[in-house]
Amino acid sequence: MSSPATTASKPTPAPPGPPGHAPRLRTPRKAADRRRPRRSVLLTGLTGLVLVYTLVPLIWLVISSTKTQEGLADSPGLWFGDHFALWDNIRETFTYNDGVFVRWLLNTLLYVVLGAGGATFLAVLGGYALAKFTFPGKRAVFAVVIGAVAVPTTALAVPTFLMFSKMGLTNTPWAVILPSLISPFGLYLMWVFATEAIPTELLEAARIDGAGELRTFFRVSLPLLAPGIVTVLLFTMVATWNNYFLPLIMLKDPDWYPLTLGLNSWNAQAQTAGGEAVFNLVITGSLITILPLIAAFLLLQKYWQSGLAAGSVKE
Amino acid sequence: MTTLQPPAAVDRTARPSLKRDRRSWTGWGFVGPFVAVFALVFLAPIGYSIYLSLFRDRLIGGNTFVGLDNYQQALQDDQFWAGVTRVGLFLLVQVPIMLGIALLVALALDSGRLYGKNFFRISIFLPYAVPAVVATLMWAFMYGTRFGLVGDINDAFGVSLPDPLSPDLILASIGNIVTWEFVGYNMLIFYSALRVIPHSLYEAAEIDGAGQLRVITAIKLPAIRGALVIATIFSIIGSFQLFNEPSILKPLAPNAVTTDYTPNYYTYTLSFNGQQHNYSATVAIVMGLITMVIAYVVQLRGMRKGA
Repeated sequence: MSSPATTASKPTPAPPGPPGHAPRLRTPRKAADRRRPRRSVLLTGLTGLVLVYTLVPLIWLVISSTKTQEGLADSPGLWFGDHFALWDNIRETFTYNDGVFVRWLLNTLLYVVLGAGGATFLAVLGGYALAKFTFPGKRAVFAVVIGAVAVPTTALAVPTFLMFSKMGLTNTPWAVILPSLISPFGLYLMWVFATEAIPTELLEAARIDGAGELRTFFRVSLPLLAPGIVTVLLFTMVATWNNYFLPLIMLKDPDWYPLTLGLNSWNAQAQTAGGEAVFNLVITGSLITILPLIAAFLLLQKYWQSGLAAGSVKE
Repeated sequence: MTTLQPPAAVDRTARPSLKRDRRSWTGWGFVGPFVAVFALVFLAPIGYSIYLSLFRDRLIGGNTFVGLDNYQQALQDDQFWAGVTRVGLFLLVQVPIMLGIALLVALALDSGRLYGKNFFRISIFLPYAVPAVVATLMWAFMYGTRFGLVGDINDAFGVSLPDPLSPDLILASIGNIVTWEFVGYNMLIFYSALRVIPHSLYEAAEIDGAGQLRVITAIKLPAIRGALVIATIFSIIGSFQLFNEPSILKPLAPNAVTTDYTPNYYTYTLSFNGQQHNYSATVAIVMGLITMVIAYVVQLRGMRKGA
């Protein structure tokens, strides 16, 4: 049968081997795309089932965020209620309880900028060092970090909490930011990516020209690492934006909550005696919480997909 | 020109020094910050929890060294093992289903036979960007009979579906949430690995007259074995760490979810409700060891078959 590779007729253009440096996945298939295999309605339909499964909850969320609290109970889940209350819900989400949602949003942004930004920065520097330098103890560093991937981070959380509380760091933003700074997966990805994307000859040329190591890094290497950096940044952003367990144990003061903890506290509020049920706000707040990340993934598709592909080259 | 000699000389002297430079400590300048923070938030807590696990707070005598007593207690702790069994069962059922669907979708995308391939790929991946809190709340609402889809179906068809939040079904309901969250992520890992298979392999298969199925079993699956092993290990680690979903469902299903529902939930309860920090640290270490051993065995087995 005609598998995706049908380039027997054109041996010269687009050599089939994996691309040497810049790990871009589209190139080797371009030639083959001209003779695509036949599209299959059946296969599309079957995959469509998975698509429905993934999208139904998101559609439910969007539709439900347009409903009042009574509408949520009265109307069918996947259709609109009598009142289109989206704008009211959004306004109320941002103003309820003296605008605490805004505070949570700003906290989340703080944790993401410092946590994910810092994690990416450290992973890029470290991955670059592992890929392009030999130094004493390199093997040990690598072994320890790879071993650490297998350590359940939540198993670490309780000891980290106890340690931080001795150091007086709990209930401060640092308790959330510091542990977020380490991403073993990010380090691994940057190591693989830097190995592929930066030709060693280029570094040597820069050094012969008398450029210092820092200058070489910023002027020569960093631009070549861009897709990898975007990938690591996105994945660390997801990790910090979505973080729940760590802030849950570290923070007592709702003023330092990120969105995830805040939403959960709104939801739990209905269960407590005398607490006001605000399910419409929980739902609208959830929608507002996921939109920035979904937008980031959609807008930066090109970068993170090639970054991920590079990561899988080495496996 | 006349300066042919000097550059060559510079070159000759520059090269060895460059080599030496790269073997020197320069690399530490780059990896140092990572290692320093790593030591603070990874190594120090591990060391501290080992230290904690060897002590016990007693009413009389205060904090005393007890050797491995805490470990002995953990090994005989029924609550702990019930949780381990539960996540073990979860692991055996949920992980194969999730990875199976992810692999099938990845193969379908890679076959080039889908209409709207890019739309499929990005849409199925989207739930990964949804926080566990939001995913769990969303599904919990939909599971509910009040304004959920289960209630709708009951009303529309006059049936009464079993409550997904009942003790019998709660584990399956959690499995569904976790599957929803990570199926697209795993699909993307597999798909990325499939994309970099050298074309020459497919051409060779075509010359040999191999069919689609044969191409999948003989070329594609062996080629992405590494990705399969990694995804399996990450899923195992994730299952053993299960905490967010059950703890968020707890208020909605108080009878179905207990505070020792998973090992991780148990350590949390011990620490924050029971103030048994030493024992909590011990349970966390035991669970970490179990996870590492299983992950290691999977890696060994997975890689050996590949060789």
